[in-house]
Amino acid sequence: MKQFRLPFLAKGGILVLGYVVVLLLIWSGVINDYIQATMVTICINIILASSLNLITGFTGQFSLGHAGFMSIGAYTTALVTMNFPTVWGFVGGLLLGAVIAAIIGLLIGLPTLRLSGDYLAIATLGMAEIIRVLMLNFEFTNGAAGLIGIPRMVDWNWLFVFTAGSVILIANLLRSAPGRNMIAVREDEIAATSIGVNALQAKTLAFVVGAFFGALAGGMYSTYFYVIKPDIFGFLKSVDILIIVVLGGLGSLSGSVIAAILLALISTILQDFSDLRMVIYGLILVVIMVFRPQGLLGDREITLSALGRIIPRLPRKRNEVQP
Amino acid sequence: MEDVLQQLINGLSLGSIYALIALGYTMVYGILQLINFAHGDIYMIGAFVGYFCMSSLQLGFFESLLIAMVACSILGALIERIAYKPLRNSTRIALLITAIGVSLVLEYTMVYFVGAGVRSYPPLPEFMIGSFNFGGVIIKNLQILIVGISVTLMIALQLIVKKTKVGKAMRAVSQDAETARLMGINVDNIISVTFMLGSALAGAAGVLVGVYYNSINPLMGLMPGLKAFVAAVFGGIGLIPGALLGAYVVGSLETFVAATGNSMFRDAVVFAVLIAILIVKPTGLLGKNVKEKV
Repeated sequence: MKQFRLPFLAKGGILVLGYVVVLLLIWSGVINDYIQATMVTICINIILASSLNLITGFTGQFSLGHAGFMSIGAYTTALVTMNFPTVWGFVGGLLLGAVIAAIIGLLIGLPTLRLSGDYLAIATLGMAEIIRVLMLNFEFTNGAAGLIGIPRMVDWNWLFVFTAGSVILIANLLRSAPGRNMIAVREDEIAATSIGVNALQAKTLAFVVGAFFGALAGGMYSTYFYVIKPDIFGFLKSVDILIIVVLGGLGSLSGSVIAAILLALISTILQDFSDLRMVIYGLILVVIMVFRPQGLLGDREITLSALGRIIPRLPRKRNEVQP
Repeated sequence: MEDVLQQLINGLSLGSIYALIALGYTMVYGILQLINFAHGDIYMIGAFVGYFCMSSLQLGFFESLLIAMVACSILGALIERIAYKPLRNSTRIALLITAIGVSLVLEYTMVYFVGAGVRSYPPLPEFMIGSFNFGGVIIKNLQILIVGISVTLMIALQLIVKKTKVGKAMRAVSQDAETARLMGINVDNIISVTFMLGSALAGAAGVLVGVYYNSINPLMGLMPGLKAFVAAVFGGIGLIPGALLGAYVVGSLETFVAATGNSMFRDAVVFAVLIAILIVKPTGLLGKNVKEKV
């Protein structure tokens, strides 16, 4: 069967359409501050989950320290933006935080990814704890009270650019040769090595890129919500991100996007029962792992092209949709 | 000199508690290659069972300790049967994620029922209060009790593992589960026994921490659980002597860092040591380097 691919322009058109619709809704006041805050949470979670999915879902390496990278990004961006409260300060801070996180990811990943098994999980967990304790004790991070009064830089434009940009970049990385190597390593590291894939390189690349985007999400968090403190980025935050990835499917980017939206809605509903929410999250993890270990979507993707395959089946003139 | 000795004594009692938790981690890892994240929460449940026995039921310390150990071993075996057994043949990531899920369920079920606040243990019986003074080094009765109970339990564990038929079966399963099954060992039962033993030790550690630090809360299991795990990795995960060695090193390290006035950094130091160990000698101090066969 000939694969139907939506043309590049049409994909871009759908994205731009989504962007414009939300923009109009914000202007007309339908999307109020509360909904906008939820949207920001969703978008940040999408970036976090996609980047963790790259490490855990696509490359098969278990990382428990994603909140640590988020923390680095959040603090760096906040500090830079507070000193240079301009757009350039914001963008520079985001990039600086992401690069620092990537370097730390490289330092942690290179030795531990050499080992097989769960060592990365332990090392990343330890790293995130160390980062949290350091942020609690440094002078310039203002200790347990955290940073207050960070200028708000993130609006819908930035949110859209960074969220869509991150997902598209990660998706394209996965379609490239290094991305295929990552998936090969997940499927069978020994087999991949024997056909000439540099497994260590693939794993490290995934980890570093994941760290980069994790920090980016952290930076957006701090420049939207005004306040950050070390406890936000604890072990539970890492678990939160992991739950999104698992729920959406280990190895499905669109799954991560859908799960991020779904979980934000669920937690809005369960807001008054926050303790119960964590019990439910725990049960969700156990039940999904027992009955569907690959996550809800598995490694299937829901793409615009796939939607496009459904559309021609509807009664329509074929030459309208053919590229 | 006295200060150093004093810190060593304090480190010894903290290390004993870590050792009890770390043993459970390392035994489960030895058999299933699973980092049982819920282990720290079993220790928390143990502390709460002890608390309710001593405050609501007015039982003595040793009865409460025993009840906590039994309750935890049942809980441990139940968790294994419900959450881990269906995943025997799935990936390690799936097992790890399940363990985190179980841990969340235990923690927040307790938060839901008893509240997130800190509770203090009921007043201690006479024989546990008081202390000795050896030329400036103060040893509390409580510390002697903790070290004594821990060492007794560890010797008991060692006897079970080395001298009994069940222990022999446990060692066989941890070496090669498939072959052990061919030799007529019921692997599933042995795994359950391992979980029960480990959880009983964690339950005992929970009660001991309750009487030692006099404060318990539903999220108390997270940090000691992680540190006990660090201890297990430090000594060489899967090895019982390694877990002991690691636990005493981690306990002493922590008390020394706290004694030098940097108590805020003690968690960071422990995890930094972990990362250093993983980089330098990932199999741990006592671990042997096993080449992976293809």
